[in-house]
Amino acid sequence: MESEAIIQIKNIHKHFGKVHALRGIDLNVSRGEVVLIIGPSGSGKSTLLRCINRLEEFDQGSIVVDGIPLDSAENINAVRTEVGMVFQQFNLFPHLTVLNNLTLAQRIIRKREKAEAEQIGMELLRKVGIPEKADCYPLQLSGGQQQRVAIARALAMNPKIMLFDEPTSALDPEMIQEVLDVMLALAKEGMTMVVVSHEMGFARAAADRAILMDGGQIIEQAPPNILFTNPKHERTKAFLSKVLS
Amino acid sequence: MQKTEKDNPNYGFHERIKQTDQWWLLVAIVVLLVILLTTFKPDPYQRILNFVMDGIWVTLYTTVISFTLVLILGLFGGLGRTSRNPILHGIASVYVEVIRGIPLLVQLIIWYFAFPAMVKDLGNAWNMESLSNYKANPIVMAILGMTICYAAYMSEVYRAGIESIPKGQMEAARSLGMNYFQAMWYVILPQAIRVILPPIGNEFVTLLKDSSLVSVVAVADLTRRGREFMAANFIPIQTWLMVALLYLVMTLIAARAVTWLEKHSRYER
Ligand SMILES: Nc1ncnc2c1ncn2[C@@H]1O[C@H](COP(=O)(O)OP(=O)(O)O)[C@@H](O)[C@H]1O
Ligand SMILES: [Mg+2]
Repeated sequence: MESEAIIQIKNIHKHFGKVHALRGIDLNVSRGEVVLIIGPSGSGKSTLLRCINRLEEFDQGSIVVDGIPLDSAENINAVRTEVGMVFQQFNLFPHLTVLNNLTLAQRIIRKREKAEAEQIGMELLRKVGIPEKADCYPLQLSGGQQQRVAIARALAMNPKIMLFDEPTSALDPEMIQEVLDVMLALAKEGMTMVVVSHEMGFARAAADRAILMDGGQIIEQAPPNILFTNPKHERTKAFLSKVLS
Repeated sequence: MQKTEKDNPNYGFHERIKQTDQWWLLVAIVVLLVILLTTFKPDPYQRILNFVMDGIWVTLYTTVISFTLVLILGLFGGLGRTSRNPILHGIASVYVEVIRGIPLLVQLIIWYFAFPAMVKDLGNAWNMESLSNYKANPIVMAILGMTICYAAYMSEVYRAGIESIPKGQMEAARSLGMNYFQAMWYVILPQAIRVILPPIGNEFVTLLKDSSLVSVVAVADLTRRGREFMAANFIPIQTWLMVALLYLVMTLIAARAVTWLEKHSRYER
């Protein structure tokens, strides 16, 4: 069991009306692995991530997360509690304080007592470096701080897997590093991570594998250094030359 | 949140003071007028006030009870209208469209006159004593009629509020493992309610005024008591001046309470 891939994606297809967004994706992610997904806009990166915790339904294929197939409603909710997700737009709950953003799901889903949930929440806020913001409201925080709270909120559920969908694309340049640092620390601790991002520095430092997607397909995959310096596929070369220039 | 003039940082302190002042002035004038009329011309004004006083209470409690039910029923309507389940969506949509297409006065008459007649007919047809002897309670029927009518409008208010919350909120809640109802209850609705407080307030004030229609289905509300007084005393000008002033006091205060609620429910940013 331990050696089996924690995420097993087999031949996933997804249509949005006439748009064939995912065209037969096969992907296995091992425990503790950090996988980076790159690719042009509209290539299906977000859709793939969203299929992993079933925010998007797929038309064909199968996904098994930590031994749980994504089929019934109970299984979907079970998988969602094991998989944390971080969004480009943070999506913090603006009507709740930072600390309550972190405790809400703990209390409802994990059934933790208030004191315990708050203690876990404060520990995580210390971990992402902003314990002093516990009683602020999300919209009073900078983008970088909000994204760190969003990461802490996902971690509060003790997920086995973390999904990141362009976590730094909505941030001002000077705030990107503070978020990447949190993600790096997480990767070092052995968290299984699937990250959609074009941050090459983060990729080199943390990713075990980089994947290029285009047109709803996986075009090429390799360790980041090899993929970035010695791409085999024409589409990879074309994409990298655009991103790196 | 919806941008209003008040969110504009340039919207000055003085304008706000002025607005509050105007409201106080208006309430003061109306209340003063009532006091002056009843003290200096107790005949007929104090007599009118005494006569319609119980009607004021009837108007207030039918409105408040009905509105409380409207908030609950309207929530289900709004959830149905935003549901992806075609059956729930269909039921909610038919309800909203049908009810909004029939005047409230007609609906009240149906509930008070046609519905009991129908129950009696059924009772006779099935030989059931309890149904044949059915007698509608005017207050119950009035509250029922107002609730069912206004909940249809309120469904649309809730729908607009729910749809105004960015999709990412539901997704974030679902990705944390919450089911649809938990996400609605803890994440979407608390935000939606703040957005729709102004229209909810408007609905309350409108319902307060529309409650005067229940006077045609034998409910002794403020309007009906006014009509009774007029019929007995033949002084329409004074009677309706008094009734109008009393409605005005209630609606002005209700509208102000809504503004206050709105101000105290904004979240900090
Ligand atoms: N909710 C949606 N409705 C319709 N089309 C969508 C939706 N989400 C994504 N798409 C389409 O699917 C394709 C892949 O989108 P996406 O996964 O967001 O790409 P990426 O994240 O790589 O930029 C695009 O063509 C996009 O327009
Ligand atoms: Mg995307």
